[in-house]
Amino acid sequence: MDGGMIATTETLVRFTGVQKSYDGEHLVVKSLDLDIRKGEFLTLLGPSGSGKTTTLMMLAGFEVPTQGEIFLADRPIKNMPPHKRDIGMVFQNYALFPHLTIEENVAFPLSVRGVSKAEIKERVAAALDMIKLGNLANRRPGQLSGGQQQRVALARALVFNPALVLMDEPLGALDKRLREHMQLEIKRLHETMGLTVVYVTHDQGEALTMSDRIAVFNDGIVQQIDRPDALYERPVNSFVANFIGESNVLSGVVENIEQGWVRVALDTGGTVTALAVNIGGPGSRTSLSVRPERVAIETGDSGDTTMNRLPATLTDLIYLGDHTLAVLHTPGNPEFMVKLPAGAYAGLVPGQDVYIAFRPDDCRALDPV
Amino acid sequence: MTAAFVAGADVPLKRRLKRSERARQLRALGLVMPLLAFLLFTFVIPLAGMIWKSVDDWEVPQVLPHTVAALEHWNGQGLPDEAAYAALAADMRAARDAGTLPVAAKRLNYVVNGFRTTLLSTARKLKEQPAPGTAKETLIGLTPAWGERESWTAIKSASGPVTSYYLLAAVDLTRNADGAIVSAPEDQAIYRDVFIRTFTIGIGVTVLCLVLGFPVAYLLANLPTGRSNLLMIFVLLPFWTSLLVRTCAWIVILQSEGIVNGSLQWLGVIDEPLRLIYNRFGVYMAMTHVLLPFMILPLYSVMRSISPAYMRAAASLGAPPTTAFWRIYLPQTIPGIGAGCLLVFILAIGYYITPALVGGAADQMISAFIAFYTTETVNWGLASALGAVLLLSTLVLATVYGKLALGRQTTGGLKN
Repeated sequence: MDGGMIATTETLVRFTGVQKSYDGEHLVVKSLDLDIRKGEFLTLLGPSGSGKTTTLMMLAGFEVPTQGEIFLADRPIKNMPPHKRDIGMVFQNYALFPHLTIEENVAFPLSVRGVSKAEIKERVAAALDMIKLGNLANRRPGQLSGGQQQRVALARALVFNPALVLMDEPLGALDKRLREHMQLEIKRLHETMGLTVVYVTHDQGEALTMSDRIAVFNDGIVQQIDRPDALYERPVNSFVANFIGESNVLSGVVENIEQGWVRVALDTGGTVTALAVNIGGPGSRTSLSVRPERVAIETGDSGDTTMNRLPATLTDLIYLGDHTLAVLHTPGNPEFMVKLPAGAYAGLVPGQDVYIAFRPDDCRALDPV
Repeated sequence: MTAAFVAGADVPLKRRLKRSERARQLRALGLVMPLLAFLLFTFVIPLAGMIWKSVDDWEVPQVLPHTVAALEHWNGQGLPDEAAYAALAADMRAARDAGTLPVAAKRLNYVVNGFRTTLLSTARKLKEQPAPGTAKETLIGLTPAWGERESWTAIKSASGPVTSYYLLAAVDLTRNADGAIVSAPEDQAIYRDVFIRTFTIGIGVTVLCLVLGFPVAYLLANLPTGRSNLLMIFVLLPFWTSLLVRTCAWIVILQSEGIVNGSLQWLGVIDEPLRLIYNRFGVYMAMTHVLLPFMILPLYSVMRSISPAYMRAAASLGAPPTTAFWRIYLPQTIPGIGAGCLLVFILAIGYYITPALVGGAADQMISAFIAFYTTETVNWGLASALGAVLLLSTLVLATVYGKLALGRQTTGGLKN
């Protein structure tokens, strides 16, 4: 997962103060400052309408920023037409040219650049070998399966060695198995060819699997940009905590803050110690975020005072094979989820009164939801 | 187990499937039956009748039956024997009394100019049946033309039951006295020019429609739905207006005292009114206007289905807009261009009213001649033959288009 071997600290793309509005009233992208490093796999992740696709389109040149500037290798490209940017792009529905063969499709970016016929032949053959579709060179896109078309679209976007490759939800139309296979294939191409990739998706699993870094978009703003593990383990606000993975939310009011720790009085009684991440002063509201797998269920009082402990009623046990999901009624959250490792639910029955226990540093105090 | 079950069924699976499908097929047939019957009576039968008329040669065998029978064994060399003359004399007298002689005279006049006079005047002068053995000299005595071989070959060539005369005439060919196919005499050879003119106007109008319609269709296909619907109404508005009204509107606009000439003169661009109508310019103008929707609609429907992602993909791959247009967009519109051109061309070569109203004498197309022969001279044979040639060329075009369109499909389809 660590892309440090490939990604450098050299910046390839820089967004500075970029805004975008389509109707002159609402900003789809509110204020974007983003550095994309050379050689990294950066994913723009967010719900639909969050501005991630608009950001990609501005980078590709199909949309012009309303304000701000975009630099590609230190050159401003805001007013540069797309065909001069030297950016490869893979589209959601592949956009393979239906009237050309696979070979002609892949040759297209080379022939418009005036590459010699012999060299085109050589490079197209190499590109088709790379995606293992050399035997289908003379077919038309309509005769290929979705996965094959997607690989051709990849080859076409890579064959001219672009400085940057953009991918706009390229796997959205594929079924689950093929999608997982293609994720690994794209990852492999990224690593072997040292590509810089900007990838747009709304599928967090895909983002976690493939990315060196993920920029989480919501409401036209980058909420957090970080490595996948950091995003999951250390979300900086409630949106990220709830968007990436499962999270239990407990609402309350800040009592006091001390050396990075905060005491929170829950709305429905009880107090909890949490990491002070993103909160106001004493008296302000906060939402606590706890991952389901970081919580233990105790049937009696263990007396361990380093743990937060809350009374709860077990309402349901859902068996999921590799783990079991316990649903509990706790103060502040009637549907508190706890992930129990396989076999750890022995002796629990729905309706039982229990305690949930979690460490203060697994509990993050964030902005109120 | 399964095999035993299938074998146990006494009716083979194929037959059972057929039986179960039969009801559905019958219902489908029932649904299209009224239309099929309608087409049969209003289209297929009249069309077959028209094509038959272009080869049907009924006049002479019906009016001069004995002559036709007597000439059956004449080899076309020298003059026929006495029996043929006697039969002709008898036939002429009978036809004169029955009043049917002009029918045959008209038919024979197509073959030999002036034959009408020959036949009618001989019949008039022939008071009574010549005595046996004197028919030949009597007839030659009455009209010397009966002593010429051409008169008799004319009758033989028109003695049916079918003739290639009309079809040959429709392409400026004829048969000489020996039956060989030769070019028609200069003064009768007009149809090739008319066909060339018809196809020239057809091609011209098609090209104009394509050049004018393509950008409009592109705009329509790429505007947001609301505005494209509004624009579509403007395209369809002329479509819903009567052809005659639109053609007359062009007369009003283009005539010497019309709006265009008036404006140009008022602006001082011209001193004398330009001749904009009753010539080829007027024909092109009016026909292009009338036929434009037939080009725009198929183009629009094809362009609508071309995803804008293709042009974006081309740009992202490094193609400047013009390159992307020529190499990516245009080839994908070819089915629409083909359909639109075929439609406009086929409609254009059959045009009658518009060239008749806004064209000059030298701008009349083949339909005008067909109308002339059906309504003015009642020469159904030639009218049908001209129609048949027009139909044939249309069918050839449609077949070629079909082959091309099908060829594209089998090599991979246009959509993925």
